[in-house]
Amino acid sequence: MNFKLLSADTLKAYVKDYKVTLKAYVKDHKVISAILFVGLGLTMLRFTLGIAGVSNLDDNTPWGFWMSFDLLCGVALSAGGCAVAAAYHVFGIRHFGPQVRAALATAFLGYFFEVVALQYEVGQPWRLVYPLFWSPGTRSALFLVGLCVFLYLIVLFIELLPALFEYLGMRTRRTAAVHWSVHLAVAGAVIAIIHQSALGSLYLIAQPKVHPLWYSDFMPVLFLISSIFAGLCMVIIEGILAHKYLKKYMDEQHIKNADKVVLSCGNAVFLLMISYLFIRIVNLIADDNIQYLTTGYGMWFLVEIIGFVALPVFLLFIGTREKRIRLVKISAIITVLGVMLNRFNVSIIAFNYNLPPDERYSPSWMEIFISVFLVTLLLLAYRLMCAKMPILKEHDDYTG
Amino acid sequence: MHRRIFLSLLSVAGLAALLDAGDGQAASTPPSDKYPDAFGVLHDSARCIGCRKCEAGCRARHADLLPEPDKPFDDLSVLEKKRRTDYRCYTVVNKYTVKGRETPVFRKIQCNHCLEPACVSACFVKALTKTEQGPVVYNPGLCVGCRYCMVACPFYIPAYDYGGVLNPLVYKCDMCAPFIAKGELPACVESCPKEALNFGKRNDLLRLARERMRTHPARYVPHIYGEKEAGGTSWLYIAPTAHTALGQQELGASPLPQRSAGIMEAACMTAGIAPVLLGGAYLVRRRRDEIAASEREAAVKEAVDNAAAETAAKLKTAAEEAAKDKETAIAREVKKAREETLGEIQAQTAAAGDSGGNASEAKTEEDAR
Repeated sequence: MNFKLLSADTLKAYVKDYKVTLKAYVKDHKVISAILFVGLGLTMLRFTLGIAGVSNLDDNTPWGFWMSFDLLCGVALSAGGCAVAAAYHVFGIRHFGPQVRAALATAFLGYFFEVVALQYEVGQPWRLVYPLFWSPGTRSALFLVGLCVFLYLIVLFIELLPALFEYLGMRTRRTAAVHWSVHLAVAGAVIAIIHQSALGSLYLIAQPKVHPLWYSDFMPVLFLISSIFAGLCMVIIEGILAHKYLKKYMDEQHIKNADKVVLSCGNAVFLLMISYLFIRIVNLIADDNIQYLTTGYGMWFLVEIIGFVALPVFLLFIGTREKRIRLVKISAIITVLGVMLNRFNVSIIAFNYNLPPDERYSPSWMEIFISVFLVTLLLLAYRLMCAKMPILKEHDDYTG
Repeated sequence: MHRRIFLSLLSVAGLAALLDAGDGQAASTPPSDKYPDAFGVLHDSARCIGCRKCEAGCRARHADLLPEPDKPFDDLSVLEKKRRTDYRCYTVVNKYTVKGRETPVFRKIQCNHCLEPACVSACFVKALTKTEQGPVVYNPGLCVGCRYCMVACPFYIPAYDYGGVLNPLVYKCDMCAPFIAKGELPACVESCPKEALNFGKRNDLLRLARERMRTHPARYVPHIYGEKEAGGTSWLYIAPTAHTALGQQELGASPLPQRSAGIMEAACMTAGIAPVLLGGAYLVRRRRDEIAASEREAAVKEAVDNAAAETAAKLKTAAEEAAKDKETAIAREVKKAREETLGEIQAQTAAAGDSGGNASEAKTEEDAR
């Protein structure tokens, strides 16, 4: 430790340096800087004026955009991490190898920023440890969700340790950490299974408030299946984005395997989506909900089922059969949008369907902006990780 | 090491379930039998005149928590607008104009203190509890502010102080639990001038409600709201008109917590079974890989052996062929030499033929042979 750092002159020089760097950064990244600036401002508002200062949440709709986007969508889309890790380590699908770390890193950041988002969402975030360590309400679906977020974050962190140790040059520790890969992949998959279905069970208890077309006793299963295919589609989409913007951090192997990974994911997504579609249609008939199909909600339901489930299934059928990578990628995007639409439908659009329109909720721009702010932070963190750590490439010392 | 991780993961989930085993079992007993001596309140809309005295009484008793309202309690103009409970009031009275009735009908809104409360089951920090006496009470010292109770409540009762920064809390009627415990009445019941509110044991109130319906069948629709709704509530309602017209949603008789009652058990089962299945899949895959590897090794060895044998065989054939070639070459050379000699001799004979004749020709042929 160099104590000279603390002297006034050096500090001044540092601040000056920092100012110059900051100015240069703002000049080069105008949009990102604007988002960060406004986001920080809104964060200050949230913690000085309370939740009411930045959101339209009210007593009838205690969970709004944050819950739908940050928690329900965010966690579903983060499922790719454990799916890819399990595919590679447990089921031995070799060509997923170069993707494992990328998927784990995005999942870890997804969960990490989900916890950050919780600081905005709950009224007293400093008490978030109470349910885990002080007074666990074990009959609550939310308890299970919280427990899984906590455990999974730890598992994901340990799963990423090899990359961290490679970056830090700790050879022996890295070897020890790699040794656990399979066990951790299994543990991660188990926690993720419980976690995703627990999210689906959140709305079981609110049955009178959720429109029958979206309420189902099978919501835990539906959420689980859809999260797996959403996660795999996110692997495809992350691939598209990473190839566009982070290619300089990739190695040959990663680039070479990309198309194979897209096809494998496409195949898995295709099968899972058929099962999902099947359950939803059976559900529609078994719960006697066909009567609602002619209403406005029914039309919207059909848009979701036909446009965002049946259509990608059809496109994937062609895409995977004829090995048309582009088509598979397009279906992946539609699928992810469909899963997000489903989560928004369950938690906002079909929620409180009984209430008159003027008592219903619509998000404020500030709520949406805080989520955008958090996603931006996530992307920056991911970029930093890829730049510093061997995520999209193998470390030179450990190649082969 | 890995085994220890697994075990600890399992035990966290398992312990969590054990901690609450008592409550979990209680969910299976019929709700009304759980606390047979629990108190409740009966609200009779046929008697209610919408005077808001109950609201005033509630505020007076909870003056430490609830602020002065914007408009005084004797201002009845607020009834023109539909209201709900919020963080400044535990109870409100709403006015409903019903088709076919000249006079409006009033209904009081507050926590119904369900027999199987969804909010209690939803709370992940046990800040809400159902007491034996009937009230569902809230512990502000534990509340994290997740607001899942508000999501779960089918009656839209718990409210949140969204403007709070340091200590925002959930607000809802506690049925004056501390006062009930002392043998006093809830504030609203005490302040009702029309006896539209009756306090007592829930079973007695059900009898009272039926009695009123029997004596005045024309004044009531034959339905006690809260007797069965969502598994039954401590508060009960009788009214001169259909309850749906008073903003009371039709609810099934099954308690809402039952819908998600099994998830902790299911999670523990998953935590127990899934590692076995995944581990099994891994072991099968590894064995398959091992077999494939050993097969590959064997194949390589065989290929090498085959190649060696093939080379030997090839060498042998090549040698044989070479020998054969040599032989043919010799034969060819011999033949060639003979033909050459023969040609020479023939040429000589032809030259000699002009002088020698047939006899000498025959002789030359014999020589050649």
